[in-house]
Amino acid sequence: MELSLDHLLNDPAATADPAGGSGWTEHPPRMGFFTDSSVCIGCKACEVACKEWNAIPEDGLSLTGMSFDNTIGLSGDTWRHVAFVEKRDDAGDFRWLMSSDVCKHCSDAACLDVCPTGALFRTEFGTVVIQSDICNGCGYCVPACPYGVLDRREEDGRVFKCTMCYDRLGAGQEPACAKACPTESIQFGPLDELHERADRRLAQLHEAGVSQARLYGRDTGNGVGGDGAFFLLLDEPEVYGLPPDPVVTTRDLPQMWRAAGAAALSMAAGVALAFLSGRRGR
Amino acid sequence: MNSSEVTRDGLTGVRPGREALPGAPRPAGGRARGDGGDGGGGFGRRSGRHRRDEPASYYGLPVINAPVWEAREIAGYFFLGGLAGASSLVALGAQLTGRPVLARGAKAGAAGAIGLSLVALVKDLGRPGRFLHMLRVFKPTSPMSVGTWIVSGYAPAAFAAAASDLTGILPAAGLLATGGAAVLAPAVASYTGVLIADTAVPAWHEARAEMPFLFVASAASAGAGLGLVVAADDEAGPVRRLAALGAAGELVAEYLLERRLEPVVRRPYTSGKAGALLKASKVLAAAGGAAALFGGRSKAVRIGAGAALLAASACTRFGVFYAGMDSAKDPAATIEPQKARLAREHRVPG
Repeated sequence: MELSLDHLLNDPAATADPAGGSGWTEHPPRMGFFTDSSVCIGCKACEVACKEWNAIPEDGLSLTGMSFDNTIGLSGDTWRHVAFVEKRDDAGDFRWLMSSDVCKHCSDAACLDVCPTGALFRTEFGTVVIQSDICNGCGYCVPACPYGVLDRREEDGRVFKCTMCYDRLGAGQEPACAKACPTESIQFGPLDELHERADRRLAQLHEAGVSQARLYGRDTGNGVGGDGAFFLLLDEPEVYGLPPDPVVTTRDLPQMWRAAGAAALSMAAGVALAFLSGRRGR
Repeated sequence: MNSSEVTRDGLTGVRPGREALPGAPRPAGGRARGDGGDGGGGFGRRSGRHRRDEPASYYGLPVINAPVWEAREIAGYFFLGGLAGASSLVALGAQLTGRPVLARGAKAGAAGAIGLSLVALVKDLGRPGRFLHMLRVFKPTSPMSVGTWIVSGYAPAAFAAAASDLTGILPAAGLLATGGAAVLAPAVASYTGVLIADTAVPAWHEARAEMPFLFVASAASAGAGLGLVVAADDEAGPVRRLAALGAAGELVAEYLLERRLEPVVRRPYTSGKAGALLKASKVLAAAGGAAALFGGRSKAVRIGAGAALLAASACTRFGVFYAGMDSAKDPAATIEPQKARLAREHRVPG
């Protein structure tokens, strides 16, 4: 078995089967979310169900003025966030875009790579979960996430995020948000099956003339090796607050360590030069 | 939720559910879409945020979450860690070349700086009581884990080296500790550059090739600065040369770093609080480096140069820190380079 850093970070087999790549020898199929924003009605039942089931504290009661979105974004206290976008195109037609955002449970997860305590781990379902009794609140995963999912819960000090209801999955249940979604905009299931279903749905929408429809996070060749939670969007991802081309930054870690090694050597060489050059006695 | 009716012919009025098409008429019996109008002028005007001439973002909100780190603790640690690392190298050089006053000052400086660093690092944890959880694993994929182990090896050596020199006890073990600290010192000074570059913060990640060089140059400035302050009159030669090397390295690395970045990523390095700090750091480094090299025998000039270099190094670290915080809060810094990359590589988003 190869143990190089490059292999640890960039092994295609581990990207294709994250649970297996993390050492689960026998594991259930990879589970995921397919969030189809074309049937989202913006009811926020997912937000409420998530809060209720996971006992997440209140996250502020401000009125933002951003359409019906007073949740603002994903954080330690918000694991489902419904985005509301009001658009008027050049012809003056009004469009309302709504989409429920969530942790992407990346195939190559930056948060998981950089966690120094091992609090973040890959479950047998291929999802990414934080062990709250291990997390010491170092906060490294927060800026590591290319989607802005994780954040520190201020009054607690630790970082929290979506677990894809790990407890419910273990009991054969679907996550609370998917269970509560009245239009099945949030679909839960084996990721392979969701991929097929999403491809069919995309074809159906394109056939109906909805040319803006596109899948986001479906492509296993994207910068995070494909997402465990992916989306059908009706506009550019950045309109929903999603990055257009997210990248797991640890992909470049071998290159960065090489730069650091060269820097470290040049520092030692610089000090040696300073002491060995010059006239004796100065 | 469902208003369908059961008839002899089966269900009527069944909603299409997850197969619904945007803009499709509702089933018979339902109101046609558009009855009562969808969205008045008021709603439409608020969507002015999404005019085509503006870069799209979600209400101008950041895409990524900004680091939760405090400037005093984390930028302070970058400075102190660099100071400690460079001082340990200076200490070994001074000891091997017979400069005892410089060696003692550098060892004491390294031990003090790394001691303060440890306090800052523990304090910045959300759960300081759990700092030992860092030591339950070694993860080569996490620069913070690697750094924790480097510092865990370095700090005791730096403490032992200083203790032995200041008390005169066990000089042979002291030399061994000085050597051990010096071996790990370049790693202590450089890994923090990787730590911040390995994040989704555009101003840090895009600068990943230059960041470790900027950090070790800044560390060398700081270590030389401390050396200039503490050295005896006839010992300062090497730290004068190191001061010039460090200052020049800092200026060159910063120039290269800024030059390579796209304007939207570079912006925080040249404006606001970070821009002001980095400008100050350049002036201080240039002045301190020149004064150290050409300041002659004046003790006041030497100590002034040392202080300027220490300040330059601190300004660099806080400047880089604030530039990253700024960059993380700017949605354009995340979105625009990604869109440009997609266009360049003929790929679609996602």
